[in-house]
Amino acid sequence: MEELVKKRIKQVLKGDQNAFGEIVEIYKDKVFHVCFRMLGNRQEAEDISQDAFIRAYINIHTFDIDRKFSTWLYRIATNLCIDRIRKKKPDYYLDAEVTGTEGLTMYSQIPVDERLPEEEVESMELQDTIQKEISKLPDKYRSVIVLKYIEELSLKEISEILDLPLGTVKTRIHRGREALRKQLRTV
Amino acid sequence: MMKTCPDKMVQYMHEYLDEELPQEQETELKLHIQQCEACRIHFHELKKTIALVQSTSHISAPSNFTEGVMSRLPKEKKKIGIQRWFQRHPLIMAAAVFFLLMGGSLLTSWNNGSEFAFTAQPNVVVEGQTVIVPEGEIVSGDLLVRNGDLRVEGEVQGDVTLINGQRYMAGAGSITGDIDEIDQAFEWLWYSMKSSFKNMGQFFGLNESEE
Repeated sequence: MEELVKKRIKQVLKGDQNAFGEIVEIYKDKVFHVCFRMLGNRQEAEDISQDAFIRAYINIHTFDIDRKFSTWLYRIATNLCIDRIRKKKPDYYLDAEVTGTEGLTMYSQIPVDERLPEEEVESMELQDTIQKEISKLPDKYRSVIVLKYIEELSLKEISEILDLPLGTVKTRIHRGREALRKQLRTV
Repeated sequence: MMKTCPDKMVQYMHEYLDEELPQEQETELKLHIQQCEACRIHFHELKKTIALVQSTSHISAPSNFTEGVMSRLPKEKKKIGIQRWFQRHPLIMAAAVFFLLMGGSLLTSWNNGSEFAFTAQPNVVVEGQTVIVPEGEIVSGDLLVRNGDLRVEGEVQGDVTLINGQRYMAGAGSITGDIDEIDQAFEWLWYSMKSSFKNMGQFFGLNESEE
């Protein structure tokens, strides 16, 4: 797969736009899915994942052909998603850590019942509920959870995609899991 | 929930879920979970969370996604590539641009420019379609005659260009400069190219600075 992609990238570098179309075909579902889980909205996910491919095309000459293309592409896509999430973010930060409570955030201080009334949970599809809870995660936890549990990538690859040390990725996955556990335990 | 468990137990749970907990600590965690209900619930909730997140179905990109991307790709990129290629091959670029931009219009002007025309030098005489430099007269400067003949009985101190016409030289007539006789479309094109090339450098220089 990677070999075929590398061949296509070389063609793109020579100015063959159609070869890029094949690359889009190969990765469109994965990139769209990551964006959808990150943003929780189909239209936004489509816009951002298309932007990601366009950015990849424009910057294709900066891609190191000896590395994994999907890692590079996921990096562009997750960065765009995080930018989009931050633009939409309200002034208060739910993920700001409360001093003295290692690993705990404002999320853990909001009573579960207030956040999601029982009737609402029942009326919603489970999938929507899960997506909604993922969308509530602070972006730094959301990106690692999506990459780890939805794209099933290795910790090492996640650290490359997000350009973070492996230790930071692990910490974020632990905290992300804890935050989600608290949000999803009533489901 | 009331019992305070060692902090490391939660840490062990996460390391276990990352498949990074050494065997020894795994045994310690399992033993603890058997005894401690709070930790058992905690661990169960974490595993349930993961299962829930992984249960989300894979969704595919909307139809026409690729077409959407392709239609939004910048077209300039290709143009820039061609420009770079031409910058490395300036002569080909000059010829290509010339033929593209000028060729058509020059050929048109060749076909349309059938009127008799000549450089208005003060001391030439015109008879019908013939320009005459009378005997004893000196034309100082270049002389161009288009779609007509030229008869030189006097002297031309300059270049003579004849397009689509005949040149007659009288015994006493003389031309001090170059003589160019053009009577075919291709020659006209070539002549125009030569005379335009001087301006070309400037033209391209201008073009490049615009980019």
